This record gives sequence, structure tokens and C-alpha cells, in this order.
Amino acid sequence: MNAIIGQPVSRVDGPAKVTGQAVYAAEFRPHNLAYAALVTSSIPRGRISTIDSMAAEQEPGVLAVITHETAERLPYNEPKQRPVVDPQSGDQLRVLQSPEIMFVGQPIAVIVADTQQQADGAARLVRVTYMVEEPTTVIEISDGKPTSDAWAKAGRPAHTERGDADKAFGLASVKIDINCSHAREHHNAMEPHATIAEWDGDHLTLYDKSQWVDNVRIAIANIFGMPESNIRVISPFVGGAFGSALRTWPHVAIAALAARHVHRPVRVELTRRQCYTAIGFRPRTLQRVALGAERDGALTAIIHEATAQTSTYEEYAETTVEPAQTTYTCPNVRTRYRLVEMNTNTPCPMRAPGVVTGTLALEMAMDELAEALGLDPLELRLRNYAERDEAANLPWSSKELRACYEIASERFGWHRRSRQPRSMRDGRWLIGYGMATAIYHGDRSACTIHATMFANGSVVIRTAASDMGPGTYTSMTQIAAETLGLPMESVDFELGDTEMPKAPVHGGSITMASVGNAVQAACELLRGKLHALGTTTDGYAALMRSYGLDRIDAEAESKPGDESNKYATAAFGAVFVEVRVDPGFGAVRVPRVVGAYDAGRVINPKIARSQCIGGIVGGIGMALHETAEWDERLGRVMNANFAEYLIPVNADVVDLDVQFVPGNDTAFNPLGVKGLAEIALCGVAPAIANAVYHATGTRVRDLPIRPEALVGS
Amino acid sequence: MLPFAYTTVSGTTNAAALLAQAPEAMFIAGGTDMLQLLQESVIAPSVLIDINGLPFHGITESDEGVRIGALTRLADIMANETIKRQFPVLGRALQETASPQVRNMATAGGNLLQRTRCLYFRDATVPCNKREPGAGCSAQDGQNRMNAIFGGSPDCIAAYPGDMANALIVLDAELEIRSGNGERRIKVEDLHREPGNTPHIETCLRPEEIIAAIRLPFSAHARNSHYLKLRDRASFEWALVSAAVAVEITDGTVRAARVAAGGVGTRPWRLPDVERMLLDRPLNEAVALTAAEASIRGADARPGTQFKLPLLRHAIERALLMAGGLQ
Repeated sequence: MNAIIGQPVSRVDGPAKVTGQAVYAAEFRPHNLAYAALVTSSIPRGRISTIDSMAAEQEPGVLAVITHETAERLPYNEPKQRPVVDPQSGDQLRVLQSPEIMFVGQPIAVIVADTQQQADGAARLVRVTYMVEEPTTVIEISDGKPTSDAWAKAGRPAHTERGDADKAFGLASVKIDINCSHAREHHNAMEPHATIAEWDGDHLTLYDKSQWVDNVRIAIANIFGMPESNIRVISPFVGGAFGSALRTWPHVAIAALAARHVHRPVRVELTRRQCYTAIGFRPRTLQRVALGAERDGALTAIIHEATAQTSTYEEYAETTVEPAQTTYTCPNVRTRYRLVEMNTNTPCPMRAPGVVTGTLALEMAMDELAEALGLDPLELRLRNYAERDEAANLPWSSKELRACYEIASERFGWHRRSRQPRSMRDGRWLIGYGMATAIYHGDRSACTIHATMFANGSVVIRTAASDMGPGTYTSMTQIAAETLGLPMESVDFELGDTEMPKAPVHGGSITMASVGNAVQAACELLRGKLHALGTTTDGYAALMRSYGLDRIDAEAESKPGDESNKYATAAFGAVFVEVRVDPGFGAVRVPRVVGAYDAGRVINPKIARSQCIGGIVGGIGMALHETAEWDERLGRVMNANFAEYLIPVNADVVDLDVQFVPGNDTAFNPLGVKGLAEIALCGVAPAIANAVYHATGTRVRDLPIRPEALVGS
Repeated sequence: MLPFAYTTVSGTTNAAALLAQAPEAMFIAGGTDMLQLLQESVIAPSVLIDINGLPFHGITESDEGVRIGALTRLADIMANETIKRQFPVLGRALQETASPQVRNMATAGGNLLQRTRCLYFRDATVPCNKREPGAGCSAQDGQNRMNAIFGGSPDCIAAYPGDMANALIVLDAELEIRSGNGERRIKVEDLHREPGNTPHIETCLRPEEIIAAIRLPFSAHARNSHYLKLRDRASFEWALVSAAVAVEITDGTVRAARVAAGGVGTRPWRLPDVERMLLDRPLNEAVALTAAEASIRGADARPGTQFKLPLLRHAIERALLMAGGLQ
């Protein structure tokens, strides 16, 4: 049989998705389902004085209007250990438990009705009065407080230092010191978040949009003070998430609360506008990077300071200053991380959280340093190549970044770049070339897989994992089929149900290294059991028949060993971008992006490429389009819909060239894979910003880069 | 969305009668803007009157010009060979409008009447004079980079967002307006009003009136017309600034000139000062530059819209150069 791993097979769930057979959270239809609509706060800070729900209650079909005055009190027990996807300090929003308002969009009442239209209509009739208090709605780089001890323990300290960066910077021959920022960004997955809650006595079933069903179960168990074993969470399909479905959001608790209140199953589906306040977002972050170097380009000092926004009730911190510590070799590195509490919903991870932010500042600064040194930007990166992870003081488990630089620059034609900014033209268009390095740390977590072979020779593989789009269903089917020596058609991979064996969070680019190795381990165990029965020239079905077996089961766990004590692991990438700028109009176009990636072994190059081009498109959006239009007077996002929050459209995406350098990181895990999701976004936005400078001679350090920054340039 | 009734009509009189009976009623044609307004509860009609059954479809041609039924889809106008040949500014403006999906649904009449994209108008939970007279204008000092620099008032600076109307103005287009009382004709240029202290009144249409057709006269300047649209992304986005120009040049001299701009006015914005700078002159680079500089006369930009001043100048200049065959 030909190898299945490494083949560009199409998605096994593709036909179900394009024919509407795939059922998403909001589409389940338990018997007697009722529908909820949320009423949300219109002020950023204060207290509810009165809620008048009389008119809403009298609308046809309305079953209940639940407010902080009528909702049951929920215990909200503190978990033994907070999940890695949750803020490590502060208190989560306790839904409908108090009149206190902490941000615009906070759910303050829920209407339950026989139809969605009835609920939506009645929600408009609820009248709320407030006692308004002065909100905090502005962020400055000098603001902020250090991260808490809890976050420091979780790897996000307020301060890190190796060597003496300030002294080295003072003594450096060549210096760069820049400030930059990016906007508050929203995930904007196609599928809005939704939860259906159904009680059966004291048992609760949740159909939810989730990247981690096991965690939803734990979170709801703590919120309601009930045993985890009484809760089942089902999430077979996720229509995009980018990190927005990692946490258990307030609307999940609202669905369960409302369903218990009306004694019927209840659906809560967020509107698009609510997806800007009822879940999280990438926090606006203001950054300073100072670089010092010798005349030959050797970095002597890196100082990276970042100030990010968080909410007033929870402290959400990111790994923003991590790339400064690991991307390049440098003896003196200092980082500082601060958080500004604002009257907003709490931010949350969004693709490459923190890292994409920190990489933006570092890679823009490296471009400026290259210019100050009179060095080619790629040459500067090569001269500071980190042969080991200097923050962890460990060798890399694998690193093929040189090959990434080489392949991507060659395919891009980087040698054609002229040194001077604003020196390349095509008619009236200014042409610019820019590049950046990408790095994202690799992790893996424990995962258990149950594999069953049935009498007809078909195999079912199960774990409580998720597939928000990267192709988990397909790649895991490939690994199982290859390990068992079966065609892919004989294997069904099932996920997204807490009845299945435990799986880790589907985020942080860890799924392939975590779930993939567990699939391989379980299938090896199953194959061993089958081989122990006898020889199999006529296939497993015949073997099973000859022993009169209905099924054979195998369960295996794969978990990290001591490799993280011996090695540091990261995926790497090199991104090269061409931009065209019309100087009169300040319009930036991106005709070409070449990205080369070291993601270890690639299980499915077709789907891996899809993931990378998705990341590049996200990077184009980050550089040129995406921004929440935040009104500081009102403390709210004004463009909370797809018409006014811009993301790239097809015409903005032209020629994307994605290459994978050969890799097989068996020091990290048996399959030799690393992560791919996050790395694909990293490096794109700074490469574009650097190319814009090369095209125009104008440095734009605040993203997105829009015509106002360049018009008449 | 609040509940509403839905009904269809097949005659103008019938439609007018329905509107007279139910003052909270509204017409729906392609629905591409109406659905957004309904979903966001920006409007709350009691009845939606579907006018797709009215006999306002199709494009007809005579010796004098072209008549476009108000219910003709934008995609059909764009694809019409006479439009492309005789009124290139219109074909181009439509090509740059929204997306193919939207153009397949959106109608000519509906497009003219699309509502502003002002962020404070579109979010029904913040004050807006256009939505709720007397509530106040949140855009004056807010997130207003998409708002107007011409024709604003202390009560409203919402920009007219469309493309087609700007093109129609430079083509001297007229509208056939029907009601139960008969028909009247107005210039497209006279359709929209500046906000003044009544920003909720956006056009000169009376409540019972319907746009039946657009009439385009053939002309030499129409044949030499151009549209240029600048926006935040390459497609499917409203204009930051757009320029519509129609210029007749005979023996090297400008004999007729019409210039209008989109994305900058509270209504489709004609630029007579620019036109005057062109008349009886050769259209060369120096004239284009000087004329374009006149485009920003009278502008009232805010910090958020300051960038529209150079953007407008450059857009007008570029469009004039195109009309002069210099680009």
C-alpha cells in the first residue's frame, strides 16, 4: 500500500460540509426547543437601576424574561486549577447574578420564547435604566500594571531579563528605538457562537461551539456546582474559531440557566454584533522595541515593552514579549509587560495570541535596524540566527529556518530588491519588498484515543478533540489508516463529545502533535492485538470472522515525555512580501506573498497549505484592514458587523506561494510533527509593513496601514 | 428584528394606496440594504411592500437616450452594451459597486436610496439624529473617517455612500417619479437633500412616490466619462472617495464638463468649481491639477476625515487625466 501520511487528500468531512449535512451547534433540534435572545448593556460602567420587562413578558410566545432579579443564584465554584485558556486572575463574568455593569454588551437579561423571532422581538421591548459611573476607555503605553503572580507562574511574567539590556543598549554602536501598535481585532469566524442546553433531571446536555468540550464540562460543573459526570458536551463541527471557542463563555451558562428556568431545551445563538462583546478579541497592544547592535549587525541588546488592554474583571495576559527572547541570538534581553484595565469584555486568544503581536514589533524593528546598518534585512537575520533557544537555554528539537529563508527568498526573487527605499517602480506604482521571520513555540499535551475494529473490518477512532477547520478529521484518518494498513474509507474518526476519551484543547497548534501521536499509538496497539490473533492475508474482516469476534478495542494515551527538559521546540517560517503602493491614493496592494515553513513532518500538504494561506490572508487583514472602531466616549466598538469591520476579500488576495521545508522532528514526538496553525499568521503583517516602507520611504508603525497614513506619500 | 407584515403589489396606484393606509410601511425591492437595516433594527416598518411586481424592469433605448427601469438589477445595467459604450462612467461605477452577489439582487432605484454607512446610524443603540430626530449626532467627534466633508451640519455629517448616483449626475440623468397622482420628472442631482436640521429627510420624494425609471440622454461628454473609486480594500467596500467625470473635448478644448464626487458629501456631490476651471480650456496636466485643487473648496474636514482632502484632489486629478486621454 502507498503511504497515506504525506498525501494531499481532500477533506473527509468536505462533502458533509458543502451539502449541509454537517450539523453545527445552533442546528441541533432537541424536542420542544425554545429560543433565547439576549438583552445587553448599553453603558460601559455602572449599575442597573430598573429593568422593565412587562411589555416583553406579554408578547406572544414569550416563556420567560430572566434578569439578575429573577435568575437563580449560581455557585460559581473556583476550579481546582484554572484551564490554560482562562485568565489566571480576576473573576469571570457571573451571568445575571448582579446589577453591576462592567462593559457595553454585557448580557443583562435573557428572553426565552417559542421562536427565535418572538424572542428577538420581545428583547427590544425590555426597558433598562442605569446609574452611570465613569468608565475607563483609553489605553496609553505608559499605563498599566504588572501581570499578577498567577500569570507569572503561568509563564507570562511582567519582567524578564538576561544580561543587562539597558547597559548594552546604551553602549551599542547602532541603535533603533521604535513604538508601534495594532488595533483591537475580532475573530469573526463564519459560524456565530451558539449553545443549546437540555436538562434531563439533574443531567445536562450542551450542544456547543467549542474547541474543547472537556473544558466546557468542567467549567459548567463549577458554575452550577454539579458533578462533571452529569454533563455531556457535544460539538462535532466548528465553523471557524481562531481561539474564540477556547473558553466557556457567559452565553453557555446562560443557555443552561435559561433551560432550567423554563424546563425546556433552550438555544442561545449570538448575533454578529454580539460576537464583538459576548466572546473575546485580540487586545489592542502598544509596544516599544529598542535594538542595539555592533556594526557587523550582531545584536547586543533587545528591549521589548508591551502594554495591552484587559477588562476590569479579569486579567488576560499574552506571550507578547516571548519572540524577543527566542527569535535571535542576543546576550542582553529585557522585557516588560503591562496591562490596562478597561471597561470592555475580556480579551482572549486569537490565532497566534501574543506571539503575532510581539513578532510584529520585533520584525519591524529588525527592518529598521537593517537599514541603519546598511545591511540587507535577510542578511541581518542570518547574522543573528539563534542556534539554540537562549531563553530556555536548550537546543532546538529541530530548526530548519535557514532552509525557510533560502527557499522563500529564492522563490520570491529577493535578490532583485534594490537597497534604497522608494527606488522600485512600475508605472505610477511604487514597489516594495519586505520580509520577516516567524516563530511559534511547539507544545503537546496528553490525549487518549479509543480505537475499535468491527467485524466488517471497519475502524472507528474516537477522542474528545475538535476540528475548527484545520482538518483534524482528515489528518487523523490518514494517520489511523496508514498505521493500520487500511484504506482511508475503512476508518471513521469521531470527535467533539465528552463521552469520548479525554483530549487536550484544540488550540495553540498542539492538536497534531497531541492527538496525532495518540491516534498512532492506539492504532499500533490495535494492530498488535490483531496480529496476535494470526496472519491476515485475507484482511482483518476475515480474521475477525474466523475468531467469531464482533469487535476488538484498543485504547492508548500519548503524552509528553521528558523531551521538553532536553529541547525547546518551535515551528519556524520566513515570509516575503511584495506590495504596490499608489502614492497619490495611499492604497496598498499585496500582489505576492511567499511563505516557507518548518512545521516538522506534514501529514497532509493540501490541507496544510490551506491552513497557511488562511493565515497569510489573516496577516494581510491585520496589516491593512482589521480594526475595531473603538469609540472612547461610548466605550464600545462601533463597527461590529461584517459590512464595516473589514477583512480581506478575494480581490485583496492574489498570489500566495506556500512551501514546506522537509522536516521530521522525532526529538519532539514520535510522529515528527510540529504545529502549523499559529505560525502561518506570524510574520505576515510586519513583512507587509516593511515592504510598505521599502516602497514609499514612509514608516507606518500603527496598524492597520490605511490610506490616511500614506496619501500623498 | 421586530415582526412586520409582508405584501406584494403589481400596480403603482395599488402601492401608493397601501402606503397611504399604513404610514409605517416601506417598500422593498432587491432588499440588499433593507435586510441589513431590518436585522440591526435601524428601521421597524409595520409592513414591507414588495414592489418587484411593478412594471419597472428592463433597459430600453431611443434616439435620445436610454431608459432604465427602476427595478432593473445592477448586474443587468452593467452588462448592457449601450451603457458601456455611451455611458462608461455608469458601467464603471457599477462594476465597482458591492459584489457580484449584491449586484444580482440590488435594483437601480433601491441603489439610489441606500442609506448611509455612518457607524452611528447603523448601530441602533447610540444617538443619531437621522434615526431618531433630536437624539443628537454621535459622529461629529466620533469614529467618522467614513463621514462627509461637504454638506454636513451640526446635526449630521453622514456621507451618502453610493456610486451610481455620482455617475448619473455627470450624465445629466433624470428620474421618472410615479405616484397615485401621476408622474413627475426630476434631475437625479435634485433627488438627495443635505441634512440641515432634518437629517432624517434624505430625499425630495414624497411618501407615496416611487422611482419608476432613470433616463439617460446621449451626449458627447457622456461618451467620454470615467469613474474612479478609492476604498480600504480592493473590492466590496464603500468609497473613501470616488470621482465621476464626463468631459466633452472638441478641437483640444473642453466644451462641456461635469464632475462629481462620492464618499465626501452628505449627498452625491457635484463640483461646479472644478467644472468651471475646465471649460474652454485644453485638458492637459496643468489644467487637471489646477481644477482638482478647486475640488476641496468649501470642505469642512474633521481630524478623522482630513485625509479625504488630498485623496479627493488626487482622485479628481486622476479622473480628469483619464478623461483627457492622459492616463
